[in-house]
Amino acid sequence: MIASGELTLNGPDLDGALAFLGGPYSNHLALRAVLEDARGRGAGRIFCLGDLGGFGPNPGKIIPLLEEFGVITIAGNYDMALAARMAECGCGYTHPSDNQFAQLSYDYTNRRTTDAERAWLGKLPTAIRFPRAGRRYLLCHGSPRRTNEFLWESASSDVFLARLARDAAADQVLCTHTGIHWQRALPDGPGFINVGAVGRPANDGRPAIWYAFLAPGDHVAEMIAVSYDHNALAREMEAEGLPAEFVETIRTGWWTTCLEILPAKERSRGKF
Amino acid sequence: MPPAVAIPLRARTAPKVPFLSLDTVWFQVAGTLCNLSCNHCFISCSPTHHAHEIMTRAEVRPYLDEAAVLGVKDFYFTGGEPFLNRELLEILEDTLRIGPATVLTNATLITKARADDLARLSAGSRYSLEARVSLDGLTPETNDPIRGEGSFDAALLGLRELARAGFHPIITATQTWNDAEDGRLREQFHGFLTDLGLGRPRLKILPLFRIGREAERTHGYAPAERLTEEHMRGFDPWNLQCSTSRMVTSRGVYVCPILIDTPVARMGATLRDTMRPFPLAHGPCHTCWATGASCRN
Repeated sequence: MIASGELTLNGPDLDGALAFLGGPYSNHLALRAVLEDARGRGAGRIFCLGDLGGFGPNPGKIIPLLEEFGVITIAGNYDMALAARMAECGCGYTHPSDNQFAQLSYDYTNRRTTDAERAWLGKLPTAIRFPRAGRRYLLCHGSPRRTNEFLWESASSDVFLARLARDAAADQVLCTHTGIHWQRALPDGPGFINVGAVGRPANDGRPAIWYAFLAPGDHVAEMIAVSYDHNALAREMEAEGLPAEFVETIRTGWWTTCLEILPAKERSRGKF
Repeated sequence: MPPAVAIPLRARTAPKVPFLSLDTVWFQVAGTLCNLSCNHCFISCSPTHHAHEIMTRAEVRPYLDEAAVLGVKDFYFTGGEPFLNRELLEILEDTLRIGPATVLTNATLITKARADDLARLSAGSRYSLEARVSLDGLTPETNDPIRGEGSFDAALLGLRELARAGFHPIITATQTWNDAEDGRLREQFHGFLTDLGLGRPRLKILPLFRIGREAERTHGYAPAERLTEEHMRGFDPWNLQCSTSRMVTSRGVYVCPILIDTPVARMGATLRDTMRPFPLAHGPCHTCWATGASCRN
């Protein structure tokens, strides 16, 4: 995997309103809706925590949107895999059927990624650090130590999260990769925010997608659901010949694939 | 094939797996005591096998405390059959205050009352409680020759109780079939479990470890089935569970759940004692390396 390293930011605007979004997964309609929502709420900076492609149609529409809105982006495993021309996405699934669907999306996205886009992805930092209102912020894709590590709410102990934060010299960690948002303020200080994903709904039976918004000075995020024209995206996915299972998720808000990886509690809340 | 015991250990030349992070702690909470005597069991568990004893709640607790200090992510409970441990529910309750837990069971002792107790524990914790059930066939005719007469029907009753109580058990099968049959058997497993009323079946296939009773059933490891430095070149040690987990039994802390009958695999008395590299000198090390196997979910 390519490791372009960490990016350190500074500036008074980092104490202000900030927006954080996870995996666009080629869902350009949801991404535009989120970016407009974040701008409308006065987000001074908008961050994307990686995994631009996969799942959705026409991956080429994502980078222009991120550039249009000046989004500061870090690399996810998908982005690293595409940049390095790897044969698979490195999502870290353990079950063959999960890997089969992951491979379908990856092959589709890989075929449609240009050399210029690979070079753009290859220059992304793997993490971002900045100070905000007295805390050391760390933005990463999976976990502070592994790009493709899943941090699920019900499968991550407090003591483990505290250790990750301590080892990474961070007081506040923001991540994505799982596709389901959650946040936790740990008893001894540090906070974790999994910002969820923009690319597909959160397995909650509604087509809306989620992102995280920090009001000026705050360390506790407001998780915001944004509706968009999901039927238009579904039609575009069908026109591109993407799996019917993926289209169903966009239309219904229930995950239909890559479910084996879900821990018991997250699985129980879904339909499948 | 020579028996496993005749293979000299080559610890001196074996590559070492680095210790990266204590993420997962296992408990051999029922020792090597089991109500079944499966003929592929890699630690020869049975109703009378006392190599490792059942752990009391008081024995488990100091390790849980130590694990909490060390920042462990999750916990696994196995045996033997964990439900032979009369304090299992209390031990799980202690654990679920700290982090997520998975219980590996043959499901034959899961009654309605026990399934309800587990559901209550699960509902009371922010962390997931997973039930993982071993099954080795889709009929008594295929399962019972491996796991024992009557074990299939008993496991089905337990599985139904777990499903009724709201669990989505992970079904674990040991791969006793050829690779060529793998896809077809996985499909069959999924269909079978769905028919059983497990709406969201999860399946985990484990490789055979040719030690314990399995070495008697088939054959042990050949001397050539050992890892060398060459195997480890370019290999990411994160893929070996011994880089990030340890196994606690009544006899101390072992490198992994597979090697608890191997004396040199006992690394110390406390978790902290064992946070160091381990020589990959054993046949099963080769299996984990070659198959990418992990005992985790």
